[in-house]
Amino acid sequence: MNRKSLRALAAGSAGTILLFGTAACGTSDNNDDSAKGDLHGTLNGAGASSQESAIGAWRQGFQQANEGVTVNYDPIGSGGGREQFIAGGISFAGSDAFLDEDELTAATERCSSDIVSVPVYVSPIAVIFNLDNVKELKLDSATLGSIFEGKITSWDDAAIKALNPGIDLPSSKITPVHRGDDSGTTKNFTDYLTAASGGTWTGGAVETWPVKGGEAANGTSGVVSAVKSGSGTIGYADASQADGLATASIKVGSEFVNPTPEAAAQVLDTAERVADRSDTDIALKIDRTTTASGVYPIVMVSYQIACQKYEDANEQKLVKSWLTWVASAEGQKAAADSAGSAPLSEDFAATVKTAIDSIS
Amino acid sequence: MTSLLTRPAAPSAGPPSLNRPAGRRPLPQGLTAAIWATSGLALATGFLTDLGGARGFGLAWLIAMLVPLASLVFEGRRKATDRFVTVLVVTAFMIAVIPLVSILSTVIAKGAPVLSAEFFTTSMRNVVGEGGGIQHAMLGTLIITGFATLISVPIGLFAAIYLIEYSDGGPTARGLRFLTDVMTGIPSIVAGLFAYALFVLIFGEGIRMGLGGAVALSVLMIPVVIRSSEEMLKLVPNELREASWALGVSRWRTIVKVVLPTALAGIVTGVTLAIARVIGETAPLLIIAGMTDSVNTNPLDGRMATLPVFAYSALMNPGVPPQPSIDRAWGAALTLLIIVMLLNLVARGISYLFSPAQRR
Amino acid sequence: MSKTIQRPGDTIFRGLAQSAAFVILVTLAAVALFLTAKGIPGITADADQVKHGTTFATFVIPLVFGTLWAALLALVFATPIAIGVALFISHYAPRRLSGPIGYVIDLLAAVPSVVFGAWGMMTLAPAMQGPYAWLEENLGFIPLFAGPASSTGRTMLTAALVLAIMILPIMTALCREIFLQTPRLNEEAALALGATRWEMVRMSVFPHAKSGIISAAMLSLGRALGETMAVAMVLSASGIITFNVISSTNPSTIAANIALSFNEASGLTVNALIATGLVLFVITFAVNFAARLLIGSPKRAKGAKK
Repeated sequence: MNRKSLRALAAGSAGTILLFGTAACGTSDNNDDSAKGDLHGTLNGAGASSQESAIGAWRQGFQQANEGVTVNYDPIGSGGGREQFIAGGISFAGSDAFLDEDELTAATERCSSDIVSVPVYVSPIAVIFNLDNVKELKLDSATLGSIFEGKITSWDDAAIKALNPGIDLPSSKITPVHRGDDSGTTKNFTDYLTAASGGTWTGGAVETWPVKGGEAANGTSGVVSAVKSGSGTIGYADASQADGLATASIKVGSEFVNPTPEAAAQVLDTAERVADRSDTDIALKIDRTTTASGVYPIVMVSYQIACQKYEDANEQKLVKSWLTWVASAEGQKAAADSAGSAPLSEDFAATVKTAIDSIS
Repeated sequence: MTSLLTRPAAPSAGPPSLNRPAGRRPLPQGLTAAIWATSGLALATGFLTDLGGARGFGLAWLIAMLVPLASLVFEGRRKATDRFVTVLVVTAFMIAVIPLVSILSTVIAKGAPVLSAEFFTTSMRNVVGEGGGIQHAMLGTLIITGFATLISVPIGLFAAIYLIEYSDGGPTARGLRFLTDVMTGIPSIVAGLFAYALFVLIFGEGIRMGLGGAVALSVLMIPVVIRSSEEMLKLVPNELREASWALGVSRWRTIVKVVLPTALAGIVTGVTLAIARVIGETAPLLIIAGMTDSVNTNPLDGRMATLPVFAYSALMNPGVPPQPSIDRAWGAALTLLIIVMLLNLVARGISYLFSPAQRR
Repeated sequence: MSKTIQRPGDTIFRGLAQSAAFVILVTLAAVALFLTAKGIPGITADADQVKHGTTFATFVIPLVFGTLWAALLALVFATPIAIGVALFISHYAPRRLSGPIGYVIDLLAAVPSVVFGAWGMMTLAPAMQGPYAWLEENLGFIPLFAGPASSTGRTMLTAALVLAIMILPIMTALCREIFLQTPRLNEEAALALGATRWEMVRMSVFPHAKSGIISAAMLSLGRALGETMAVAMVLSASGIITFNVISSTNPSTIAANIALSFNEASGLTVNALIATGLVLFVITFAVNFAARLLIGSPKRAKGAKK
């Protein structure tokens, strides 16, 4: 008995050690500098978690092309990213909002030069729903606002019926699903509702969902799975992750638009640049109330922010190559493939490129 | 909790039928056995066929209730109550086992297909979509838990030595014991916040590092080590100490050469269980150690992935498409579960093998 | 003590042991101190300086409510089961089986909290959708089940069930220890007088164990109050105060809220989150303190006498 249990014990310990051992003997991540690509070093960024999966794709491409480089990105949220950038802890920040006046002054001071702020990640936010036998739904911004405020509680409400003639809407209750965590998606969605709903939405444009009520889920995936597993649910999520769910089309002008990458990318072309900013600081005021044909106004535009000049020449080179890759057609395609973002249009990409080229 | 194998004999334990005080007419033993067997059969049917676990459980319970019912008819109210309580107690145990079975089967079913050599030897660096593994998380867990052990064991052991060997059992010692007990109740997230607040003072805002995780885990681990070591030191007979002192051996050498070796197996068991307890902690590591895709073996530099945090973030923030990431989360959860179970097994093995014969 | 020989080594060793013991005191003090130091700016912060956009009091009160409510519900579920299982192990199961059975329950304690969370989210919550709809339909007149029933199952009741499962092992272990400490003579006397097993338990085990069970319950409550991941992953939280346990609108708990918001917080919001952590620390400290005072730790008494 004794010997048997000793053997079991030995096997157990061996198993534990083996588990860790195999991990330790694996391939090492940091390849030596002699590999391909003439860049080397570590590039640190931080900020919006919305960009995280896109950055995963960009990083993969960038690190494969430049094997001596490691890119780190801490998804600590937009505010944290801007703060750390101003404090000088990181080389670039990812942010769902451009720098405000105070931040701009502080950032210019940190850089001892103008800043470079470019929108590189544009993602349509889809309104997803799960309703028996209903695959298509048309909504306008006022109705959307009422639904998410909790004022319209039933699917056969007159407002919804009026928008969807010929569709047999059940009388079941509506369960609005929103993000339980703070998020740029919420910020952009509520920004759209605030601007376009004509007063039915009263929560303001905020990162933390303001309405008490409805189903809260964490992360985009949480919202998607909550909508999927419930019935009579409606939610908002990055369009790329809405696979397999019915998506509402939104009334823009007189037509109904679906959240396609193309429709979202057009937002940048209709957007107005914020005045009194340097040429390299591309701050966009998105026109949420646009009536232009084929534009989908519920989009999230996320920026990457960097300096024009860095004290460390190598850091400067890294930042420039990184941003160039991110804004390039290949980079945008990589993000579109793996994060479902909308690639920048050619014209807009050229403007962005000019801004990035000013880093020198 | 460690005393599971050494507990004294349960009084009057034995199959219900052996315990037979005077009733009117004793229930035939064969009848009760038959009812219990049928009940078990119903339970098994419920889980194995499409009858469903819940219905099977209900059916089994109803059948089991025949025992007190028959008893009421044959043996009278007192015996019937006794048998009824027996059914209730067994039911309580069954209810406790259901979630365990469900959890284990879920984790194994979803996690086992993911485990492969590649899964243990690659990190998530440059991985988008399928592939990748948990090498970085396993190394992080190993390093952070290792440092936590290095911090906790000396402190915990010395504190236990003080309490048993040096203190006179006065108010100081009683107070310290009391505080140790209270300290075991510190929520893990508070430990994480403490480590964060401490490291912010040293390194500035937004700090994330592996060592911080080790400090947070130590806060949780130290009281466990103290309590278990104390119990073990208490078991060392006083005669051994007195004999050593009588030979002119100094007090500290007595402790090092006589007391500690005697209690060693028990102490090692306690430490192993303490490691098993903290290795699965998620919340403090989420706060202070953060998450990264690459292998980071430097606990003083930046974010470090760990198995529980990896499982959490892979499940909560899967990329596009989400399924590979969710699969990896279950794989990591299973790996973690295996490690914890092995540690528990090792601890029990040690305590079983080295416990004095009469305590078995 | 004076008879033993004192050497320099002794002084050093004693000093080491003594300082290690005082690390406990220092750590506890440091936890309170650092959380306070980092938390106070969060408490005094203006509403527009933090992400949640309210004063600290309005921010923390629903969280405190959610924390207490979830833990209390968990306790209500876990206590009868834990007492039953502990009795099963200590007095009912065949002696040869009671060891393995205890181990099976202890296995639950070994399951990492993130696994509980994943299980609660992916397995338990979907399974509870049906029962919740039933509860709303048939017991909806009770405010607890007023509904509308959650269509995802991610409710306070589900979170409390997961918490109950998580505190079950510790509570069972504590109750088991207490039941086993019943004086053997009392039990045998009861049996000799012709009592059935249940009568013996009721008359000699329970009276002896009453205060022990209460303190075990309080210690488990302390665990449930601080449990983070399971609630963070399972609960659909909105920051309101409600006793309705089956709807998708629930208060969050302090711990879960920290875990979900911390990584994206910056500036004073971090301080506010740390301040909620301080509140949680004070609550759990008070609960544990009271529980320990109540038992005066029976385990220790056992060792000292032997």
